[in-house]
Amino acid sequence: MSLNLERNSKWMEGSGPQADIVISSRIRLARNLKGMPFPNLMNEAQEAKVIQLVGQAIRTPGVFQAVGELKLMPLRELSPVERQILVEKHLISPDLAEGKGEKAVVLRDDEALSIMVNEEDHLRLQCLLPALMLHEAWRLADAADDALESELDYAFDQDKGYLTACPTNVGTGLRASTMLHLPALVLTRQAGEILTALTKVGVAVRGLYGEGTEAQGNIFQVSNQITLGRSEEEIINNLSAVTVRLADQEREARELLRKQSRWQLEDRVGRAYGLLTNARILSSQEALQLLSDVRLGVEMKILRGIDQRLINQLMVRIQPAYLQFAAGREMTPFERDVHRAAMVRELLAG
Amino acid sequence: MLCERCQQRPASVHVTRIINGEKTELYLCQECARDMQPQLNFSIPKFLAGLFDYEPGPGIKTQTIVEHCRECGMSYEQFQQTGRLGCPACYHYLAGRLEPLIRRIQGSSQHRGKVPRRAGGNLRVRREIEKLRAQLQQLVEQEEFEKAAQVRDRIRELENSLGEQGGGQ
Repeated sequence: MSLNLERNSKWMEGSGPQADIVISSRIRLARNLKGMPFPNLMNEAQEAKVIQLVGQAIRTPGVFQAVGELKLMPLRELSPVERQILVEKHLISPDLAEGKGEKAVVLRDDEALSIMVNEEDHLRLQCLLPALMLHEAWRLADAADDALESELDYAFDQDKGYLTACPTNVGTGLRASTMLHLPALVLTRQAGEILTALTKVGVAVRGLYGEGTEAQGNIFQVSNQITLGRSEEEIINNLSAVTVRLADQEREARELLRKQSRWQLEDRVGRAYGLLTNARILSSQEALQLLSDVRLGVEMKILRGIDQRLINQLMVRIQPAYLQFAAGREMTPFERDVHRAAMVRELLAG
Repeated sequence: MLCERCQQRPASVHVTRIINGEKTELYLCQECARDMQPQLNFSIPKFLAGLFDYEPGPGIKTQTIVEHCRECGMSYEQFQQTGRLGCPACYHYLAGRLEPLIRRIQGSSQHRGKVPRRAGGNLRVRREIEKLRAQLQQLVEQEEFEKAAQVRDRIRELENSLGEQGGGQ
């Protein structure tokens, strides 16, 4: 199998409930196989065995009927750039991309469903959809999980639930998260306070690429902290409610900006568009910040004629690995900045 | 005092084992203590780290065995360094020390979510029974006795199926 890295992932579609603020919804299930050490203690033979078992399981009719065709790709067979693209598309974690030993990724054609094999846990099943579609993502992940469980022996305990390498995931093994674009909360300086308050209701807030990363381009990731003692539905309902509340708060802040600082707002959006369509050198960080302003302009109908899907695609295409892959060669950081500017100019003006 | 294991040689080592939060004490002879070492994953640093300031009597050395997982050998101390457990069985063998930690980070220690079809065993049936009992209660309160009788029969059926499987774990 070769990876079709050029295609767009399902989550980039940019349509669905709350799509003006919620970029994507993700469900991740951590699962481990019975009678095997967790990945941090596995030797290569054991790692290969897990990959083989998962590979067998995804080829069974039950799994095919539940979620369609899945393909397994050993990471060893991918170049560093190809692995990095999977990170930039949010399909695998940086840890899996950099990890040594036998690791693999399982992908469905539309990239809505993926499984990391031998990351922190044996299986990390992920479902990634556009906008606020946590329940839909859960249904798909649950179906895939059921089908896989009929082929694989999961490590499960009646009291502790699904057993995971880290006790922070034990129980449901479920991490639900949404990615939100909150520029008005940042501009009106409410973001910090609100996001800190969220930790008190069991919601964690992170940057664009997960744990330990910054909120580049005003994009925040919110997720459940607790995985044990609550049902999947409770966890998902709670996170959905928090996401809707945050989106409402962001909309209020946008209206406030429109009322109180209309010219500054339109100027900011217009300048961002001007820079993106005219710049000759663009770093990925600058591009992300400008794209955030343009996205705000599109969502507030200050800018017309730009598809939200294009902005989601650009968020991925401006990333270093994707840029080099599309160009078909390795580039120095400066070459990338020039190439990035040309690509953004062409796509936005086109 | 005679060794509690062989009952022949005099005891000279006092072994305290804490497994799953349960403390057991043994008075052993040198030979039996050495015999048990591989099984107990004995090592000098761990031995020193676990020493108690405890004097059970003249001529008796004190030694504490650090808890560890019998399947993968991971100790709680190793887990503390990496934050990762070694294997699913660690949850059982290190339960004594993991339990308070899990309760602290999760606020609970009882899984209430999905129960997998195969690995879940009887739990799936027992959850179903719990759900039906709540339903039964409600139907009785609403005086819907015919429906309640149906639910009661279903509960009996499920309870019998548990009985046939040996009462469930």
